[in-house]
Amino acid sequence: MKVAYWPGCVSRGFTPELHGSMAKVAPLLDIELVELDRACCTGAGVIAEHNQELADTLNARTFALAQQVEGAAMMMNICSTCQGAQSECQERLDANAEYRAHVNTTLAAEGLSYEKGLTNKNFLWLLVEEIGLEKLRSLVRRPLTNLRVGPFYGCYIVRPRERLGIDQEHPRDQYLDQVIDALGGTVIEYAGMRKCCGFPIITMNKDASLKQAGRHLGDAVDADADCLVTPCPLCHLNLDLQQPLAERLVGRELDMPVLHLPQLVGLALGLEPKELGMNRHVVRPTSVIDWSTSVVGAAG
Amino acid sequence: MAETHLPPEKFTVRLRRYDPESGDAPYWDEHTIELAPHRSVLEAVLQARDRFDGSIGIRCSCRQAICGSCGVRVNGEPALACHTHLDAAKRSARDGVIEIEPMGNMPVLKDLIVDMDDVHWKKIRRVTPWLLAKQPVPEREYLVPAESMVDVTQTMACIQCGACVSDCLAMEVDPLFIGPAALAKAYRFVGDPRDDQQFERLNDLAQDPHGMFDCTHCFKCVDACPKDVNPMGQIMRLRRIATSDHHIVDQNNGERHEAAFTSLIRDNGLLWEAELLPRSYGGNSWFGKFHPAAGKELLSSLPAIVKALVRRKVTPAGALKPHRIPKADLRSVQAIFEKVESRDRRYELNLYIAGEDEEPPPPEVPVAAGIVAPIADEPAAPQAASTPTPDEGGPGDGGTPTSPEGSASQ
Repeated sequence: MKVAYWPGCVSRGFTPELHGSMAKVAPLLDIELVELDRACCTGAGVIAEHNQELADTLNARTFALAQQVEGAAMMMNICSTCQGAQSECQERLDANAEYRAHVNTTLAAEGLSYEKGLTNKNFLWLLVEEIGLEKLRSLVRRPLTNLRVGPFYGCYIVRPRERLGIDQEHPRDQYLDQVIDALGGTVIEYAGMRKCCGFPIITMNKDASLKQAGRHLGDAVDADADCLVTPCPLCHLNLDLQQPLAERLVGRELDMPVLHLPQLVGLALGLEPKELGMNRHVVRPTSVIDWSTSVVGAAG
Repeated sequence: MAETHLPPEKFTVRLRRYDPESGDAPYWDEHTIELAPHRSVLEAVLQARDRFDGSIGIRCSCRQAICGSCGVRVNGEPALACHTHLDAAKRSARDGVIEIEPMGNMPVLKDLIVDMDDVHWKKIRRVTPWLLAKQPVPEREYLVPAESMVDVTQTMACIQCGACVSDCLAMEVDPLFIGPAALAKAYRFVGDPRDDQQFERLNDLAQDPHGMFDCTHCFKCVDACPKDVNPMGQIMRLRRIATSDHHIVDQNNGERHEAAFTSLIRDNGLLWEAELLPRSYGGNSWFGKFHPAAGKELLSSLPAIVKALVRRKVTPAGALKPHRIPKADLRSVQAIFEKVESRDRRYELNLYIAGEDEEPPPPEVPVAAGIVAPIADEPAAPQAASTPTPDEGGPGDGGTPTSPEGSASQ
């Protein structure tokens, strides 16, 4: 399956292991990634806060570039925040023909135009809806048996439900649980699994931001999780990169490894932890896999 | 209606019971009631009270989703008890039993009744929830353009049920956060052209460490609201007017963060995290990182930075170099910035007001009384007589022109 691939900024910045692991995992799932390297940042909600039309136009440009990728079945992203920011802009562009025409007038300078109805899916949605859990199960080479994995969804991929197309037929707010299960792992439910990591206010109210991260990590520790998995690199920044600071704020040791979704999938499909950049995390994923024997959950 | 003749069915409800005066811990209490499936969760609780236990506490009044009294959590999600059908509640229950709890973020007075005065109303009063009229006050009514009031109708739909307060994730860790309901109410007056204190209100809410920049953008309030008020959207509008129109530089880094983020995307096309953080503290320029505030922040983050460097998660070369899109594309992105940001007025398409309108007006046909479809290079047509010319902005239907004075609509 060929997709117009939007990796986002952070996956090529502070979480390069996310972009790298997606590139390794894609061929194993028969996904051909055509990277949208001409596209710009989605604005992550901040540009929309600054100027809605600006965010809508910049994202319409990305959508138009995706629509030019010949043979692509859809656009795919690997960042919950990108999904949320893009879905918000797309909702406005698709709802109102006049507004879309107005935005397209700006894009016309570059010979681009966005046509209503682009399909844009996060890797998580694509895994469940396009590849399918049965197929995924059949591809597993290293089942995550006994690995206790806490899902951390990230706000932008579970809310608002209507905009993101979450309903009984598409329980997208359950998909991470379903994927962990299909890979052979044990799903660990904990209070913070669909709450906010706090990242959006890290520069505005650092204490409140890291208290959020620390509290959810602590909940996962209390639920005996070996690790968390997230489809959002910004959540990863607050949960992994900032974990040493979050520990200080909540006054307890956390030591909770946090994996990117493609890393967890890659591990189950037989890739080595180093190939997946798992040595790049601030919190060592020693409870996820024994580095010398490659036995999953060995140290846990 | 045929529905009213549906036969009663058995439903089991699990109620969270708590009486702080008793000294006992909260506990769960199950009752099986009989009602037609389209009847409400509120009716189920009232039947349990009537038939089994008269001491069950719940607050209610209108029973038709207008008064906002019966806010509770049904299966973990905020809802009006009177506006939630039993069959739908049963479908979303984990084990077939409908779980009903008091709202969150507010102290429980008894069972399903929370202390709205202590949290919700206190926060509402915090934002001066009344009009501070422009002087001189006209002898009769104020005359303002109709569309300028349409803009605030979304916040006026609030019924003060507290569902958004109950689920606010920022308030969970910072109880002093003014919160979604009160900030949406603040927009009600910030967006009102008759109000005289737009700058003062915004400056107050921007400078408050628990004000508009404390919202963590989690969309919880958007989903919680039974009336589509979109409190988070209103908070973003407060920020937009505060930063873009009034250039309020706040002590919480809100304005600096937005300015740094926006200009880094304009300059590079992609985010440059290592530059964004110091600029958010020290000011939006290359020199921002040398400001004492940025240095202080760098120092406090050292434990995370050192570990990230040791693990080679971040390399100095990678962090110090901007990530850029190809030159030709960057020029196109910058042209978009220039064109949109140079408009006389900003445009916002509020779908709550505009709805979904999929039929484009036929070309060359007037789209609104007296307004002819615009010139060829801008096909988007302004629909209301008061909207600017195409070169100044965009479409009119639901698109909200905004201006610093708030005279048009905000």
